[in-house]
Amino acid sequence: MTVEAVGRPRPKPGGAVANPSIFWRIPWLRTAILLAPPLTWFVAIYLASLALLLVTAFWTIDPFTTRVVQSWSLDNFQQIVNEPTYLRIIGRTVLMAALVTMTDALIAFPFAYYMARVASRRVQTALFAAVLLPLWASYLARLYAWILILNHSGVLNWSLQSVGLPAANVAYSDVAVWIVFSYIWLPFMIIPAYAALERIPDSLLEAAADLGARRWRTVRDVVLPLALPGVAAGSIFTFSLTLGDYITPVLIGGGTSFIGNVVYSSIGIANNVPFAAALAMVPIAIMALYLIGAKRLGAFEAL
Amino acid sequence: MTDRWSRIALRLWVALVLLFLFIPMAIIFLYAFNSSKIEAWPIEGLTLTWIKMTINDAEVVSALRLSVEVALTTTALALVLGSCAAFAIRRTAFFGRDAVNFLFVLPLALPGIITGVALHSFFGYGGILLSIWTIIVGHTTFCIVVVYNNVLARLRRTQGSLLEAAMDLGASGFQTFRDITLPLISTSIIAGAMLAFALSFDEIIVTTFTAGAQNTLPIWIFAQIRNGQRLPEVNVVVSFVILVTIIPVLIAARLTGGSGTSRVPAAR
Repeated sequence: MTVEAVGRPRPKPGGAVANPSIFWRIPWLRTAILLAPPLTWFVAIYLASLALLLVTAFWTIDPFTTRVVQSWSLDNFQQIVNEPTYLRIIGRTVLMAALVTMTDALIAFPFAYYMARVASRRVQTALFAAVLLPLWASYLARLYAWILILNHSGVLNWSLQSVGLPAANVAYSDVAVWIVFSYIWLPFMIIPAYAALERIPDSLLEAAADLGARRWRTVRDVVLPLALPGVAAGSIFTFSLTLGDYITPVLIGGGTSFIGNVVYSSIGIANNVPFAAALAMVPIAIMALYLIGAKRLGAFEAL
Repeated sequence: MTDRWSRIALRLWVALVLLFLFIPMAIIFLYAFNSSKIEAWPIEGLTLTWIKMTINDAEVVSALRLSVEVALTTTALALVLGSCAAFAIRRTAFFGRDAVNFLFVLPLALPGIITGVALHSFFGYGGILLSIWTIIVGHTTFCIVVVYNNVLARLRRTQGSLLEAAMDLGASGFQTFRDITLPLISTSIIAGAMLAFALSFDEIIVTTFTAGAQNTLPIWIFAQIRNGQRLPEVNVVVSFVILVTIIPVLIAARLTGGSGTSRVPAAR
């Protein structure tokens, strides 16, 4: 920035403007003034909250008064590590997040491939809009739709019975949670996958064909590796959003706990904020590892 | 590149995915007019009873009012802060720019429950009572990035030469901003505002941890579904919420040609 200011002097405005703006002459001042309000907000509220969350995780509560005791202790973390229940909950949540991510990647890839490489310009625009709507449409509404579909006298069982199949009791189970998560986060996977596929230059595919690669070979050796960063970018969202969600398991789950549920009830029912904070560190740690892995796959360049 | 059979297979797949995406949303609208009190398929008949009942439900109306107040205030704050951030990041390369960029995106990349619990303990520690203002603070934190992404994407596509031409012709910094920059980016600002409104209006996870005794519309819906109460009214409210979240997106997509409407952040 200093180099730019010194090495490449900007043309002075005409004589009519005797006093060019001070921000034009000192660019960093302008940046600093513009950046101050949002950065202050983020540092003073968001980062401060996250830092406090970390500190709170090492506090405890007095079991009799449920007051927070501000003394340094590893009790919460020990409780999480030593009790098999919590380890099982963490394992189940990570498994669910992985399952949802894989499901969405499998559903999204052919769809995104069609959008980016096969469809005409007009169809492409229409499909993009068709993905945008569910991307933004109310989360609760889309979850509720599945309660209506999966419940005992819902659309699913009605359809199954009308073709002579036995009713499925999917609602209020882990399977329902898996279906709903996969449904709700699907657009988050389609859009980055589409963006990555669209950026692949035609010339690369032509080159593959010229060199004698069959269609599937081209998809496997050229398209898939180039689309991987996009899928990895989408997976950040499907994985992270599943990891911390408690609404879906509460409303359509079969009573099994996920990390989000336990954090929620630690605050809502037990009023044990320090334990909730310690447990919230688990998804943060998992996401940190996940982001490092995604960065290796080039997900950040694909965002 | 793609032969006939794989084309057909792909088309079929796309059609199935579209059905998968849209049938559930369509079903909700049908249930809003369901004449039966029981949530069973197929619906018995059509009626406007539940819609009338919902409109006259004082609880729903007050929850709606709170949601609108929160979403409007959040949008205003996010507009100012997000635009400032986009202008700052766009203008000058500075040390730590990537870190700042990452920081703004973080509330959307981390699970919402973390933002929620963090703010909950922050307010608790600071002795701040939970109120409409704590909800607004929470919502603004993750809505800033929506405005920021939109405005930044537009600024990156705006040619610097236009600004330089204005300056060369003797326009002051303010004149250039008013007559050149603002018209160029105005639709992206409006689109950002629309999306921030939609995001705030529907948010539940952060809201649960930052709301005191107040009910926003999503919190009301959550409570009713959980307790299995007043489900005919829930059908109506949920249909309404879908519309409120979809219409701003359609407008935003119009204004930006679809480019600035991705909830997945930081389109280059």
